[in-house]
Amino acid sequence: MTTRKNVLPGFNLSLGYTIFYLSLIVLIPLSAAFIKTTELSLHEFWAVVSTPRVVASYKLTFGASFIAALINAVFGLLTAWVLVRYTFPGKKIIDALVDLPFALPTAVAGIALTAVYSNNGWIGSWLEPHGIKVAFTPLGVVVALTFIGLPFVVRTVQPVLEDLEAETEEAAASLGANRWQTFYKIIFPAVWPALLTGFALAFARAIGEYGSVIFIAGNMPMVSEITPLIIITKLEQYDYAGATAVAVVMLVISFILLFAINGLQWWLSRRNGSAL
Amino acid sequence: MKKSLLALALLSAIYGITAPAAYAKDINLLNVSYDPTREFYQDFNKAFAAFWKTKTGDNVIVKTSHGGSGKQARAIIDGLDADVATLALAYDVDQLQEKAKLIPKDWQSRLQNNSSPYTSTIVFLVRKGNPKGIKDWTDLTKSGVSVITPNPKTSGGARWNYLAAWAYAKKQNGGDEAKTKEFVGKLFKNVPVLDTGARGSTTTFVERGIGDVLLAWENEAFLAQKELGVGKFEIVVPSLSILAEPPVTVVDKFAKKHGNEAVAKAYLDYLYTEEGQEIAAKNYYRPTLASVAKKYETQFPKVKLVQIDQEFGGWQKAQKTHFSDGGTFDQIYQK
Amino acid sequence: MSIKVPSQYSSYQAKVARSRATSESLWVRWSFIAIMLAFLTLFLIVPLVAVFTEGLRKGFDAYLAALIDPDALSSIKLTLIAASIAVPLNLVFGVAAAWAIAKFEFRGKSILITLIDLPFAVSPVIAGLIYVLIFGLQGWVGSSLIDNDIKVIFAIPGIVLATIFVTFPFVARELIPLMQAQGKEEEEAGLVLGASGWQILWRITLPNVKWGLLYGVILTNARAMGEFGAVSVVSGHIRGMTNTMPLHVEILYNEYNYAAAFAVASLLAILALVTLVLKSLVEWQSARSAIQNEQNFS
Repeated sequence: MTTRKNVLPGFNLSLGYTIFYLSLIVLIPLSAAFIKTTELSLHEFWAVVSTPRVVASYKLTFGASFIAALINAVFGLLTAWVLVRYTFPGKKIIDALVDLPFALPTAVAGIALTAVYSNNGWIGSWLEPHGIKVAFTPLGVVVALTFIGLPFVVRTVQPVLEDLEAETEEAAASLGANRWQTFYKIIFPAVWPALLTGFALAFARAIGEYGSVIFIAGNMPMVSEITPLIIITKLEQYDYAGATAVAVVMLVISFILLFAINGLQWWLSRRNGSAL
Repeated sequence: MKKSLLALALLSAIYGITAPAAYAKDINLLNVSYDPTREFYQDFNKAFAAFWKTKTGDNVIVKTSHGGSGKQARAIIDGLDADVATLALAYDVDQLQEKAKLIPKDWQSRLQNNSSPYTSTIVFLVRKGNPKGIKDWTDLTKSGVSVITPNPKTSGGARWNYLAAWAYAKKQNGGDEAKTKEFVGKLFKNVPVLDTGARGSTTTFVERGIGDVLLAWENEAFLAQKELGVGKFEIVVPSLSILAEPPVTVVDKFAKKHGNEAVAKAYLDYLYTEEGQEIAAKNYYRPTLASVAKKYETQFPKVKLVQIDQEFGGWQKAQKTHFSDGGTFDQIYQK
Repeated sequence: MSIKVPSQYSSYQAKVARSRATSESLWVRWSFIAIMLAFLTLFLIVPLVAVFTEGLRKGFDAYLAALIDPDALSSIKLTLIAASIAVPLNLVFGVAAAWAIAKFEFRGKSILITLIDLPFAVSPVIAGLIYVLIFGLQGWVGSSLIDNDIKVIFAIPGIVLATIFVTFPFVARELIPLMQAQGKEEEEAGLVLGASGWQILWRITLPNVKWGLLYGVILTNARAMGEFGAVSVVSGHIRGMTNTMPLHVEILYNEYNYAAAFAVASLLAILALVTLVLKSLVEWQSARSAIQNEQNFS
């Protein structure tokens, strides 16, 4: 980077507007949540956010999000690989469809997944005889979260794979490495940061998800109740301060997670130097 | 006044409402209600609009909003400007007073029958032929029986379910609190899915095929039977249930602001008339007017009903003991 | 955080044929493809097909009737209104933010980027809740709003606000990496030649990022039309007035009107598919212009 003075105009205006709009839409409203929580003493706050039922919901929300992100990491990598490296009929359609969970309303996804995975649904009725229940169990939560997180790993890994120089692989092959070694030693290290970013994005997106999960989860206290539902439940009992207290816990975690993702991406771009 | 006219003009522009004829006023009335009343109020609104038209010449357009009772009450508290609120239980209406002072303290005595123009109760809906042989509450606690009910924390109907079960168990155990709790606990151990609202539970039971028995509003059970499969389900009436009184009220502050006080009051009064009661009965709500009740006598099964005030000391107390954080419902799930 | 297909490396570009040494055996290749297809079928295609078959369960007439029902139409209208306000606002914001972040160095930049991303990870439920805390009758400004006959939540403004919130980062996040990659030499050259700031923006910067911009808009639009959780909290669910399409789906579903619910849902799915087609077109176009650029340079 050059050290000379930046001569481009519009810094004050653009940054000013950015901060103004950000404050108006995001920061001030979010601060309302924090301020509302101050109605509780620290002791009360802790009591609200650490009751067994709420803690069980964190475990489910973060656990299911983590598993879903993991599934997406594995299959997303495979999908990206197939889409970049192989040709087969209908590839373009598949490529476009990967973004579907992003564009499809979550409520629609929720009722569609429930219809398909409940024990009289197309897939559910196949799994039922094998003793596998998806809808209305924590497994259903994982399915819904896998669905909504699906595009993220594919879309972060895809460009890196496309960018990979064939020469390095050829060199590895000519030096006697077999295909697995090439993947393990050459390809995987290259896509690893992108994979991690995609994983983190899918994870972050899954934690907050409400619309699709609520239909398929079963919502049993201590078992299949997600944290956003706890917030809604508290609201419905007119417990605003309690609801915002749980919301604040989620907000802080989201922020930390995002900060980590951005740090990761920054590190990634540093490491790759010129690339993007 | 000028401002509200402007707002009205803007509103009509946005919603494409054609300009009203010069003499007939168009009145917009908002009824915020709970989940299972959708079909009932759809019919009732038409009847009321016709009634009001012949009486005053004005057109009433009743808009409705449906959802879980607690959620709807909260929306009104947060400023959803309902002219009338028709909710599932008095506790939720009480909150309009307590949290936002939208209605006077004595709201419940303003209309007859505790402001409940129609009543209902809790019954069981079972699958055809009643394969698990479910007759009464005790059968719901047996192992291998799967019970569907919404979550009492989020659904008004579910609270009635819970209290009906509680009342039965209390009577059965001679008022022994610990045994009663154990009974209700056992019942809820048999619940595989807790939907957030009554409608969600019905869908789970009917469409998804989950559960052996659905605890439901009587009108919901009739409706599900009618809409979703004649002959696929049977209604089982327990030996004891609870008299569910869904109350109605004018939301004074908002009705006044809209200048709708008179029409809002007339709307609720119309619920008590013979026409209103007919429509309620046709939608499987138990009418309170004696003449209509007699006419539909055969439609509703006879069941011994306990009342919330006598059995539980009113909604405020019931809510606190059973459904607040750490109440008996929470205790069931915390070992 | 951005999900984007890098147009520069698009698969439409001719690929160098790979030698056997850097590819897998046919057997491995096809089993990979099979696994991927199985995964996508299970999670994507079956639910998508289910939406359409359930919607058409009662026949095409019933399907059509569900779509031209007045309440359905008003929900479509509201959804379009919300999207048509939210998208341009977030577009302007996205350009301003990308300009500041990509072209300048300043302290706290990474925090700013994280804050811009925040709505992406915030639960939609919380997004709705915070507006209730402010504009609700019990909120900060609620009672003065009501005294002045201004409705925010349970009316169109609240729905628009919630929509803006959930789609907040998308345009900015598409543009920032793109504008960073392009550097600022061209803009500086424009400046030397005497162009004003706005001229530089219109003539140099925006044309350079137009495909990324369009892609961001498409994403924003898709998300805006489909948002459920946040809008649900601030909507009030008044039939024919404050129901958006996703909320209308929920209402129909709750009225045992499953076929109609899935019919409206399928309309949303079609919107999603149209979005995907548009997106593919954008990528194709941008890949083509990238190739043309390269040819021009060489």
